[in-house]
Amino acid sequence: MLGTINPIKELINLCNKNDIISVIDAAQSVPHMKIDVKDLNCDFLAFSGHKMLAPTGIGVLYGKAQHLNELKPFLLGGGMISKVTRTETLWNEIPWKFEAGTPNISGAIGLKTAIQYLEEIGMNKILEHEIELAEYCIEKLQEIPEVTIYHPDSSRIGVVSFNIKTIHPHDATQVMDKEGVAVRGGHHCAMPLMQNLGINGTVRASFSLYNTKEDIDILIVSVKKVLEVFS
Amino acid sequence: MDMYRQQIMDHFKSPRNFGKLPDANINFTDHNPFCGDEITIHAKIKEEQIEEVKFEGKGCAISQASASMLTEIAKGKTFEEVRSIKSEQIKELLGVDLGPVRIKCALLGLKALQKGIIEFLLRKNSGV
Repeated sequence: MLGTINPIKELINLCNKNDIISVIDAAQSVPHMKIDVKDLNCDFLAFSGHKMLAPTGIGVLYGKAQHLNELKPFLLGGGMISKVTRTETLWNEIPWKFEAGTPNISGAIGLKTAIQYLEEIGMNKILEHEIELAEYCIEKLQEIPEVTIYHPDSSRIGVVSFNIKTIHPHDATQVMDKEGVAVRGGHHCAMPLMQNLGINGTVRASFSLYNTKEDIDILIVSVKKVLEVFS
Repeated sequence: MDMYRQQIMDHFKSPRNFGKLPDANINFTDHNPFCGDEITIHAKIKEEQIEEVKFEGKGCAISQASASMLTEIAKGKTFEEVRSIKSEQIKELLGVDLGPVRIKCALLGLKALQKGIIEFLLRKNSGV
């Protein structure tokens, strides 16, 4: 929401020291930076294909083998058993134990291709590009006195959250949309944070590897259009 | 800028019938937790008819403008007539086609008035 990079390794270390299972939602970080589950030493980590150039309907759940072996299947169907008799059922080995029925074949091929594409470009290069865009965006937005930027400093990924005067973010994003700029408006599934900030929501620009500085120039024009409509 | 037609912005910037209503029989607040929009409808009732209606609120232009427009058409209407106002009519008043998310903003004022009437009738029937 604010682009903050959480100290996730420290948090996982704390969990591990206190015998707490760690489950990391990495849907917002895997598409933008290098993530190594072994280095993090987390118990579980999940991410989604649709946020990283892959088709919808597919994602990844990583889990340590010892945990996955302990877990029961959550879905029954073809391929997840090793033996069935009249009196007992033996589950298949991981990962097949959790992959009942016909898999999402096209989704898996799409996700693999997306991962290969991102890795070919290089995750560090992608992060560097997106941070550069965020910094440029913040610099340009700061030139407009009516704009409030939330969390404009410290370590971040390519996300910038802001408001334009007290204009409701849904109004602002609708006007920006008409100008050809796709940004999200609202509370971004982070209502408690909104309460802390004392606002209803924000306009959030999220950058990806395909965005350019020219895109941000267009965004700035659309922010000025919002000010014009709500003058 | 079709979405924010002059009429919508006019009602948003200078809302009609905005404020409290002394001696109101209906004071009902409804909100849309998804975006923080809030509308309070105040209405004076005479024999199951809206004699006077005002509103207060905060939120996006669509929610505030549609509540303002609603107060203009609701005055003088019977309970039955208010109950039968459809979302299409609100869309017509605004003059824009709204998606599934924004339509909730547009209908907030109407919902508050309709719920306020139900609450009024329940109160009346229970003799409170």
